[in-house]
Amino acid sequence: MKHLLSIDDLGADGIEEVLRLTASFVEVSSRAIPKVPALRGKTVVSLFFEDSTRTRLSFETAARRLSADTMNFAVASSSVKKGESLRDTVETVEAMGIDALVVRHGSAGVPQQVASWIDASVINAGDGWHEHPTQALLDCYTIRTELDRPFDSLHVGIVGDVKHSRVARSDVLALTALGARVTLVAPGTLLPPSLEGWPVEVAHDLDEVLPKLDVAYLLRMQLERQEDGLVPSLREYSACYGLDIARARRLPEHALVMHPGPMNRGVEITADVAALPRTVITRQVANGVAVRMAVLFLLLGSGVVA
Amino acid sequence: MVVKGGRVVDSTGSRAADVVVVDGRIAAIGDGLDGDEVLDAGGCVVAPGLVDLHTHLRQPGREEAETVETGSRAAALGGYTAVVAMPNTEPAIDSAAVVREVLELGRAARLCDVHAAGAITVGRAGDRLAPLAEMAALGVRLFTDDGNGVQDSRLMRRAMEYAKPLGAVLAQHCEDAGLAGGGHMHEGAWSSRLGIPGQPSEAEELMVMRDIALARLTGARVHFQHLSTAGSIAMVRAARRAGLPVTAEATTHHFTLTHEACSSYDPVFKVNPPLRTSEDVEAVKGGLRDGTVDAIATDHAPHAPEQKELPFDQAPPGMLGLETALALALTELALPIEEVLALMSWRPAALAGLDEHGGPLAPGRPANLCVIDPTATWTVDPGALASRSRNTPYAGRRLTGRVRHTVLHGEPVVVDGEATR
Repeated sequence: MKHLLSIDDLGADGIEEVLRLTASFVEVSSRAIPKVPALRGKTVVSLFFEDSTRTRLSFETAARRLSADTMNFAVASSSVKKGESLRDTVETVEAMGIDALVVRHGSAGVPQQVASWIDASVINAGDGWHEHPTQALLDCYTIRTELDRPFDSLHVGIVGDVKHSRVARSDVLALTALGARVTLVAPGTLLPPSLEGWPVEVAHDLDEVLPKLDVAYLLRMQLERQEDGLVPSLREYSACYGLDIARARRLPEHALVMHPGPMNRGVEITADVAALPRTVITRQVANGVAVRMAVLFLLLGSGVVA
Repeated sequence: MVVKGGRVVDSTGSRAADVVVVDGRIAAIGDGLDGDEVLDAGGCVVAPGLVDLHTHLRQPGREEAETVETGSRAAALGGYTAVVAMPNTEPAIDSAAVVREVLELGRAARLCDVHAAGAITVGRAGDRLAPLAEMAALGVRLFTDDGNGVQDSRLMRRAMEYAKPLGAVLAQHCEDAGLAGGGHMHEGAWSSRLGIPGQPSEAEELMVMRDIALARLTGARVHFQHLSTAGSIAMVRAARRAGLPVTAEATTHHFTLTHEACSSYDPVFKVNPPLRTSEDVEAVKGGLRDGTVDAIATDHAPHAPEQKELPFDQAPPGMLGLETALALALTELALPIEEVLALMSWRPAALAGLDEHGGPLAPGRPANLCVIDPTATWTVDPGALASRSRNTPYAGRRLTGRVRHTVLHGEPVVVDGEATR
């Protein structure tokens, strides 16, 4: 595999391979010196056209723990602001001699376009509403390690703004590829216009769904959805779809609460729910580094982890 | 000059004949005719030149994408002897001055007859009527805000009432802006999967529905541009049966490509109205076969390469068409060549009131001809196109049927597939 643009590039076997590799990189990360020479001499560049601190840091940390050289192309202070085209920017970066480009962009499909222009590996770090594959992989890894149950026995509820969410698209693909049952819980305006070909169920009553879930996955609710008139108010959204402590009690005892971050406390999740032991948001972040090590190793590595 | 050895096909029928051309007009048609200069038409169909109701020549304003000259050359190579240039230039063709400029550029290029469509509203902004009568006096017969639909129903009614006594046709780009708002492809299974904001079929259909109602109200002619949905085709079919004065065109891409093409995220497949479902493709073909749709148009929309290397949601919509339309129609429609030519020559010529085009081929008529080799196969190579732009969605596609010669007012402007100027 050369690029990771979509979860579809991996398939069930590929996802399992990433999860297996992730386990070994979790072990590496727990060492006193959490570093292996697997990607020594390789150069990984992050090219983020959208602000993101956590994903960019996670990728850069992962690359360094594999001994790769890292560069960060700061779009805000670059030639892009002077009108340079996307293609020229990407070809300029590649001309410096790089092995992988980690791309985030506000428009769907940009990583796929970039991959068609250059020889280096391209990793999609989030493109518009389309996909965020490494987020889905770290979510799967977190679910597996926290619940220790086979995916085909699990029911995951993805709650909130599915329509505009790249996390939801990648999670649906990954979870269903592994055999999990997925229910989308959202108001009609925040669902994709067509769910043809999506192996999911849809519900609109969170209270009714919660007792059946093994994982309640809450999506970030953005303020502009209210401005666009997709929900009457954030207050009404919270009342219908927010997870507060009373609702969280409806979940089975073992069930997890997850969120891709950053959270809007008080909108999709209340502070007391965020603090519950079943809420594993910081563990998602911690696993993110090992998952990204696994992806980089899979695309660029040759030989053993060491 | 004599066009020799071909089969002459026009609206009156088909017969083996040579065509003698003198001083820009057809002098004689018959067997065993000779002339000082011979254009070999052996094995070919000799037809009236094609007529495109929907061409973007980009001049004035976007000369990096196309000029009247380069677009006219592409048209001639595609078999066209007349094109109607859309008014979404910069400035828009919304005044006599810009009409004159475009017509003059067309005459200077001498590769194809360039007619201008005028804007319905000033600056195509949808606020107030452009000087339709002033433009009509210069020969403009088609008015459209193409790229935008006229959103205000009252303004559209006024435009129709005003245009009717001018003998003009109002052509509508049907799109309800509010419903389509921000959509970059067809809204459906693919847009949902790809995370690209879509525009539903209903955004087109609402305006088709409204304008059929306005045609009933005013009795004025309305021409529907680039219909792309099964619902639109069905409504136009019903309106025609009810005797309303409506006509329609469909583009080559709307009967050859579907929204699945957008899964490559290559903006070469971004167009407005967007590529739709295979059911819509079949409905468009059905409309072309049963006469609901009068004409195949290209919506030839050149964009400079850098414009099509933007992210999908930032790239401008539009694709090239002039040099591939005939071959696509012959390859994909499974219609006799006579019917394809009706859709690409005499019916659009009649619709736009272009008396010098569309035949029939008879002594005394202007010699605007194309000579087609219906069995020649070729592969679309973007680099070999005469258009200044390269945004064809058919790169690498194998097609059957090729234009061999094009004759404009008696002058061969394309000979053996090469432009002569």
